Amino acid sequence: MTTADTELQPRRKGLSRRRKRSLARGAQYVVFVAAVIAFAVGADWGRLRNQFAQWDIARRMFPDVITLALKNTVLYTLSGFVVGLALGMVIALMRLSSVGPYRWLAGLYIEIFRGLPALLIFIFIGVAVPLAFPGTEIVGGTYGKVALALGLVAAAYMAETIRAGIQAVPKGQLEAARSLGFSPARAMVSIIIPQAFRIILPPLTNELVLLFKDSSLVLFLGVTLEERELSKYGRDLASTTANSTPILVAGLCYLLVTIPLGFVVRRMEAKAQEAVR
Amino acid sequence: MSRPEIQVKGLHKSFGDNEVLRGIDLEIGQGEVVCVIGPSGSGKSTLLRCVNLLEEPTRGQVFVGGTELTDPDVDIDAVRRRIGMVFQQFNLFPHLTVTENLTLPQRRVLRRDKAQAARVAAENLERVGLSEKADAYPASLSGGQQQRVAIARALSMGPEVMLFDEPTSALDPELVGDVLAVMRMLADEGMTMMVVTHEMTFAREVADRVVFMDGGVVVEDGDPDQVIGRPTHARTRHFLSRLLDPAMAQVEEESSD
Repeated sequence: MTTADTELQPRRKGLSRRRKRSLARGAQYVVFVAAVIAFAVGADWGRLRNQFAQWDIARRMFPDVITLALKNTVLYTLSGFVVGLALGMVIALMRLSSVGPYRWLAGLYIEIFRGLPALLIFIFIGVAVPLAFPGTEIVGGTYGKVALALGLVAAAYMAETIRAGIQAVPKGQLEAARSLGFSPARAMVSIIIPQAFRIILPPLTNELVLLFKDSSLVLFLGVTLEERELSKYGRDLASTTANSTPILVAGLCYLLVTIPLGFVVRRMEAKAQEAVR
Repeated sequence: MSRPEIQVKGLHKSFGDNEVLRGIDLEIGQGEVVCVIGPSGSGKSTLLRCVNLLEEPTRGQVFVGGTELTDPDVDIDAVRRRIGMVFQQFNLFPHLTVTENLTLPQRRVLRRDKAQAARVAAENLERVGLSEKADAYPASLSGGQQQRVAIARALSMGPEVMLFDEPTSALDPELVGDVLAVMRMLADEGMTMMVVTHEMTFAREVADRVVFMDGGVVVEDGDPDQVIGRPTHARTRHFLSRLLDPAMAQVEEESSD
């Protein structure tokens, strides 16, 4: 019998690799279950419920938490998304331009606004802009400010996404369009951008989810009662009731939107995968 | 033959240090079908792409229908409408249906109204035998069908000249015939055609002239029977023998040019 044959025989001594692996997997389940039990037993549920799950406080939040707070959150997010998309498109096209200064400007913009925390942008819009241009009001009041602040941040990310999408459209598409007599601009609008958007729909929707959460930073702009969104509304109510239930309810309202959106993104990604095949 | 439909004068094209075209002179008359053959890297595709200025020539002139394309003042988009181009990779617009592929360029570029564009599209789909695929998306078509749609798309713009860049090279062998049949029909209708191809049978039967290129120059230019059947140049003979019987080729030392 040669050595090669011996190696193929089942091992008689000790555990085989496969057995070790299944044992290790079993051990991980045991640790996980133990951790859950320890958490469930160890946490002081009574106090937690007192602080976070007061049913009558939660009930008093309705319908305002939906008709006012969630509505404003959605409005802020969408307006920021629209501004971000428009600005991001311009910056993406500048980034792809054959004119050097356009490319540099776009690159500078992206580096700055991608590198700064969104919070600082909000403070900047809220404080610096009124100081720099006294007497001027940003169109749309708080809504305009939020759209601008969120849009400025979102544009930096979206510009990179859109640029990647445009570059992912095969070169032959532009050549075909040009050979049919399309001007560069018309080819971009009619042929390239529609295909680019198909490619980047999932990451763009992800960006929407991120904006949805970032809209909570409105709190730093100073808003009227009518302009409060979920986080501010929850926090205000938490301090007047001296109880954290409103925070929990506000959090659930965020999830009410983000979880279905995440589901939609995964569906779109799966569909995009199919289309490639 | 009156004024040539396509005229190329002293054409040079370099990509960086790589000189791909080294002085091409070529005339193609109205209604003439010219096949350009040659080994890969000989510059034949670059030459074709220079004819509608998809590649900017480094030096030299290109005329199509009497208009100089290389003139910096010419409206290149307007001239390109008269020049149809068919690509090796079809390049159909994947987000549009077959009909939309044919109507969108007519509407956006030629400003035709919806009804007229649709009528022209239907006519041309019928010519290439794909009327029943009008509402399909390109991805659901075979390569041969996609290429025929691409030809119909180019024809919908009413071109005076058609350029074909290895139109059958990306196709499965059994699908080549349908595309060649459409091209043969166009040739019979009197379309001026410049075809870069490896299909020797097509070149021999359909072309009025065959141009053999190698190393960025035209080596031989003449009647198909002469260029393919009795080539005078050693390079042409060598290329044709490798093409017609690849299995008999010998291993060769790569030459540096």
